[in-house]
Amino acid sequence: MSLRPDLAVIAAHVERGSRVLDIGCGDGALMLALREKACDVRGIEIDGDCVERCVSQGLSVVQGDADRDLADYPDKGFDYAVLSQTLQIAERPDRMLDELLRVGTRAFVSFPNFAHWRTRAALMFGGRMPVTRSIPVTWYETQNIHHVTIKDFRELARQKAARIERDWYFAGERSIPRIGANGRAEFAVFELTR
Amino acid sequence: MNATSQTIALSSTLPLDGGGELAGVEVSYETYGVLNAERSNAILLCHALTGDQYVASPHPITGKPGWWERMVGPGKPINTERFHVICANVIGSCMGSTGPASVAPDGQPYGMRFPVITIRDMVRAHVGLLDALGIERLHAVVGGSMGGMQALSLAANWPDRAERVLVIASTSRHSAQNIAFHELGRQAIMADPRWAGGDYYGGEAPDNGLAVARMAAHITYLSEEALTEKFGRNLQDRDTKSFGFDADFQVESYLRYQGSGFTRRFDANSYLYITRAMDYFDLAEEHGGRLADAFAGTSARFCLVSFDSDWLYPTSESRHVVHALNAAGGAVSFVELSAPHGHDSFLLEVPALDRVIGGFLG
Repeated sequence: MSLRPDLAVIAAHVERGSRVLDIGCGDGALMLALREKACDVRGIEIDGDCVERCVSQGLSVVQGDADRDLADYPDKGFDYAVLSQTLQIAERPDRMLDELLRVGTRAFVSFPNFAHWRTRAALMFGGRMPVTRSIPVTWYETQNIHHVTIKDFRELARQKAARIERDWYFAGERSIPRIGANGRAEFAVFELTR
Repeated sequence: MNATSQTIALSSTLPLDGGGELAGVEVSYETYGVLNAERSNAILLCHALTGDQYVASPHPITGKPGWWERMVGPGKPINTERFHVICANVIGSCMGSTGPASVAPDGQPYGMRFPVITIRDMVRAHVGLLDALGIERLHAVVGGSMGGMQALSLAANWPDRAERVLVIASTSRHSAQNIAFHELGRQAIMADPRWAGGDYYGGEAPDNGLAVARMAAHITYLSEEALTEKFGRNLQDRDTKSFGFDADFQVESYLRYQGSGFTRRFDANSYLYITRAMDYFDLAEEHGGRLADAFAGTSARFCLVSFDSDWLYPTSESRHVVHALNAAGGAVSFVELSAPHGHDSFLLEVPALDRVIGGFLG
């Protein structure tokens, strides 16, 4: 099974043997990859079926709501806190970013970029909320309550005094350069510290 | 399946949380599967309030199949082809381990002279058994309901004894509502004239009181949805209401049957002592008032499972434990499973539970 591109980047850049908290871990794909790297990985996931699948595979996953439950985790209890494709569904992404950098020494964040040219085109020429490869669900069904662009996220990081250590951009499966990424990237991955 | 029921006498007296000690403690237990040469594949299974060691073998009194036959056996989620499963009757109970019906040093049954025990005292006896069996470290300790309390107590007080801790439909403390239902049961027993201050051995037992206690408790084990689904307002063997106090409704008949069946296999004084132990259970209180401190420095992996229809030990109680384990940096999994049966879901057909248990035990 091949990992989603943002997860593959994260899996490749987490150091061997680290302690990792995967927030919104889904079916545990990243956790399994990190377990191969001898990491001590924990997950939080709201969906019970996903949690059951994770636990059945021997992963340590807690069914819960990251917006509330992160508060229980001690400061810097993890080397990395990972938030993949979950920022845009957080109740308050700004507070979520604070929590990530509180529980983890480093944080990985990935999200779909709302400023991708296809999204812009759909809105500009179609006059409709976009349904694209990276934002595949209609406006009334989507869980995404905080659409965000790469520029927006950079600004949030600046306000939160979070340092962007590394960044990666993707159009589909393909990695693309930082230049022009706000218009060309469907997904972005950031590694942050504070 | 074949089981070897055995009883051992603990080699030393058992110190008790209540201050005293208990000498000459015997523990009855069943085992399934073979202990490997490294003695590393043992699973201690802890039974619930009215459970016993006959987890996967016929009950010696009722002849009914073991209480977790669907979970424990060759190829089952708790696979006895791989694991050596040990299930011991808790002290205070009445299926072979020392309890109020046992004979005291003066040759008479203890009755109410039996000391009040705690969940930790029960686990202390289990640890004595593990010592006698030469099992230093369990692959896992597993329990549902009161069995889950024992699993948590073992993890908190003997943190090196288990690599995995699986707690199903349980709690770290008894709530006011939990205590209230237990008190109802105890008062029913003590109000039965045959109880006679607990000194009824050799005569007629307080079966009426014990049956009422069981009926009340049984209601708490089922969800309203399950009761409605099973019985509704259906009448029992009649077409119209009798305008009397017979068991007109099926649910009444069912509860009476449950109550009277229970008295055949359980001792009323044991019911008093074990419910008391559960009411006294508060794992945080034992550890300075902070539950996270009960698990400080734990290296065990934990898994907690709750059921959405369980109102006896609801999901919030499992979450409370999970939050404490997170705060302590423990490796914990938690899932709330959807099942219609209420608290008893852990004993019934819930395929997701099988998968979670199998996966967690590895």
